[in-house]
Amino acid sequence: MNYTPHTERDVAEMTAVIGVDGIESLFKVCEAFGGGDKGLSVAGLSQLEAEKKIKASAAKNKVWTSVFLGAGAYRHYIPPVVRHIGSNPRFVTAYTPYQPEMSQGILQAVFEYQSCITSLTGLDVSNASMYDGATAAAEAVLMCADGGDILVSAGINPYVRSVIAAYLKGRGGKITDVPLGADGLTDTEFLKNHSAGAACCIIQQPNYFGNIEDAKSIGGILNDAGVKYILHTYPISLALLASPAECGADFATGEGQPLGLPLGFGGPYLGYIAAKEKYMRKMTGRIVGETTDKNGHTVYVLTLQAREQHIRREKASSSICSNEALCALTAAAYLAAVGKEGFVKIADDCAAKAHYLAERLKASGFALKYGSTEFFNEFVTVSDGVSADAVLKKLAKKGILGGLKIGAKEILWCATEMNTKDEIDAAVKAAKEIF
Amino acid sequence: MKTIFEKTVSGRKCTELPESGIPAYTLKAACTRAEKADLPELSELDLVRHYDALSAKAYGVDSGFYPLGSCTMKYNPKLNECAAALEGFTDVHPLQGDKSAQGALEVLYLLTEYLKEITGMDDGTLQPAAGAHGEFTSLLMIKAYFESKGGKRTKVIVPDSAHGTNPASAAMAGFEIVNIPSLADGCVDVAALKDAMDGDVAALMLTNPNTLGLFEKNIGEIAETVHKKGGLLYYDGANLNAVMGIARPGDMGFDIMHINLHKTFATPHGGGGPGSGPVLCKKRLSEFLPGRRVAKTDGGAYALKKASPKSIGNVRAFYGNFLVCVRALTYIITLGREGIKDAAQKAVLNANYMRKRVSEFLDVPHNVPCMHEFVASCEKLKEETGVSALDVAKALIDCGIHPPTIYFPLIVHEAMMFEPTETESKETIDGAVEMLRSVIEAARTNPQELKNAPKTTPVGRPDEVKAARKPIVAFGKIPR
Repeated sequence: MNYTPHTERDVAEMTAVIGVDGIESLFKVCEAFGGGDKGLSVAGLSQLEAEKKIKASAAKNKVWTSVFLGAGAYRHYIPPVVRHIGSNPRFVTAYTPYQPEMSQGILQAVFEYQSCITSLTGLDVSNASMYDGATAAAEAVLMCADGGDILVSAGINPYVRSVIAAYLKGRGGKITDVPLGADGLTDTEFLKNHSAGAACCIIQQPNYFGNIEDAKSIGGILNDAGVKYILHTYPISLALLASPAECGADFATGEGQPLGLPLGFGGPYLGYIAAKEKYMRKMTGRIVGETTDKNGHTVYVLTLQAREQHIRREKASSSICSNEALCALTAAAYLAAVGKEGFVKIADDCAAKAHYLAERLKASGFALKYGSTEFFNEFVTVSDGVSADAVLKKLAKKGILGGLKIGAKEILWCATEMNTKDEIDAAVKAAKEIF
Repeated sequence: MKTIFEKTVSGRKCTELPESGIPAYTLKAACTRAEKADLPELSELDLVRHYDALSAKAYGVDSGFYPLGSCTMKYNPKLNECAAALEGFTDVHPLQGDKSAQGALEVLYLLTEYLKEITGMDDGTLQPAAGAHGEFTSLLMIKAYFESKGGKRTKVIVPDSAHGTNPASAAMAGFEIVNIPSLADGCVDVAALKDAMDGDVAALMLTNPNTLGLFEKNIGEIAETVHKKGGLLYYDGANLNAVMGIARPGDMGFDIMHINLHKTFATPHGGGGPGSGPVLCKKRLSEFLPGRRVAKTDGGAYALKKASPKSIGNVRAFYGNFLVCVRALTYIITLGREGIKDAAQKAVLNANYMRKRVSEFLDVPHNVPCMHEFVASCEKLKEETGVSALDVAKALIDCGIHPPTIYFPLIVHEAMMFEPTETESKETIDGAVEMLRSVIEAARTNPQELKNAPKTTPVGRPDEVKAARKPIVAFGKIPR
């Protein structure tokens, strides 16, 4: 099956106009590079066969209904209206809006996304999206890099740490890892002692282990030392936690997947990045701005393009071209669907359920690794005498996807509004049986 | 049209949560925010209407002809969308473990294998999220390759006809850019390359066919020149649609490349992403590939391998834009060997047919058989009438089609780059050619009229200078 509309007659007429005796003759120049018989090994299928085949692959994945796994990808409820909006073919099949007059719909949607991100973060400017949260963090670091050390909290997601390190292999930059204290929070004394001369510092909030950092105090330390402050955030938590602006952050970055995007085995996701106004003209990626046409009508355009690769080439602030526009549009639709009050309720529900789960696990033989440290919707347990593998295996047998094993006896748990009380009780009951 | 914030009525909502039966938990006040984030509040119907109105002011491949050069705006088959919407793909956690994600690993494995076959490369990663991301990834790998050999190469050669992302990605990867001029037909000036090629050059970045849509006829000599000095040859896969199933970058002498799944393999572009930019490479670069990749075990099961110790690490979280990969795999298995070749053939047929017809009334500087795209020029038209490529593009919008890429490549003045793609019919191309003809005629009879185009769109040409001078980039934030 293919999707080309050409009849034999079309081909004959078209080759006649071109003045060649057949399509093959248009490829003479490159036919020597065909690789002989190597090429693609599979024959085509009808749509019916192809659909069966791809469905068979999907069927080999287990869709867990009771999930306590987060660690960078989160299962939240996606209102049907969000998927509906995000699958509109006029959004889905459009290119980057190079012709603003016929792309106002996409441009306005992205402008509204940028507005939502500035609301969540409290900062002045958001770009149109990044590839994912980890690359948003890495590009924020690149924007700050000035030869000084890059302070990276040990509370950052390991993937994010790895992506920052990979990006820094380009123009260089030394990472200094900032350890966590026994309370599972970034060691602020270490931070004070190492901030002199540092370029920037990135802190994750809540951190990888779910703990809520004292992001305001950290902001005080960094602002005093003149170190640029990047706060890498979980967007749902921003409903409740002090905004990056309130914490004194220069940049806020984060993984936008929880805002209406499915888990999708890791992508496509959405990176967000927001900054104080003074960084606007150095900002990475696309930015949509508002202006007018000659009749005074409001018009949205891709703006500040003097930062970008197609104008500046090697002097551009980043090479980003395609970003994650449809994911950004979807995230804005999600935030509008849940609304100002609903967004807070979701976050409240996540916190309540995670704390309930933690309390119940504590009562069933697990210890909380970080004791009384405040957390949002993720936390780490230590199971004395029982391996994490054994716990997770036991849960799996009952059809429950437990948390992430992060040590021989340590599990990183997550709860969201998706988990019901019955599910939590059942998970705890299964886990308890192991002791 | 009002923004979603202006349609907000406090107290409205689209969704609500069930009662949980779990006691509320209040976070310590010290870490909470002072005010709720200002988000829209609408009923579900008002929300649907808002986005419906926005979609009416958007234009996709489903709406009409979209001959945007270098972007390969082919039809995005609906079967691929159905596949990517399957719960067995959407509701799979990236960390749920190999055992319960065999189908997802199978998708990643098969897609990588098929891309290797199509490109003639030995290994690959699906982790990069877009074409430019794939370029950046490749350049980090190239850097690591030379460092592992104990040397350091500081320069990357980029022809002036290259996509802007090439030099930008190479600069991000820490290389110094050496720009070399192209010949008038966009092909590499081999003499200039030989002059520039020394022991400090890590790589030459090329797209083939080039940005004028012409196949690099000296590719053999170019590869030899680069390899003789120990350099690597990088293939920018933006134009792979022209040759897939017919010629393979791996057989042309390229060492490493990226692919744009959202161009060549028919995944939708989403108004600017998500795309996907897999990187494919020859064996000697394999150990530098990023991320965890999938292997097939002896028992036939799939497993995520640990990255090699020399891997550049990760260029994003997890394994790539997985649901985009699902679409691309569905496309490849549907078309198969013959269909992939047919797509390239018809893309080239359409481009040549359109070139020939457009050249009847508009200057095509290199009016010779091209591959999947061709470049016309409005330079003479502008001299004669004052009407520019921009004016023509805006007038085409009034005809109801998307204009071609304009002002690129930079080596052709007043460039208009057409890439019709293989999924367009002869009638559609004929229609577009007649529209373009009427616009060019109007330029000669009533040039001032074209300066006012477009007239049929909801807004006219924007004041870009104003947008950049006092940027308003979020609702309610007035520039200081």
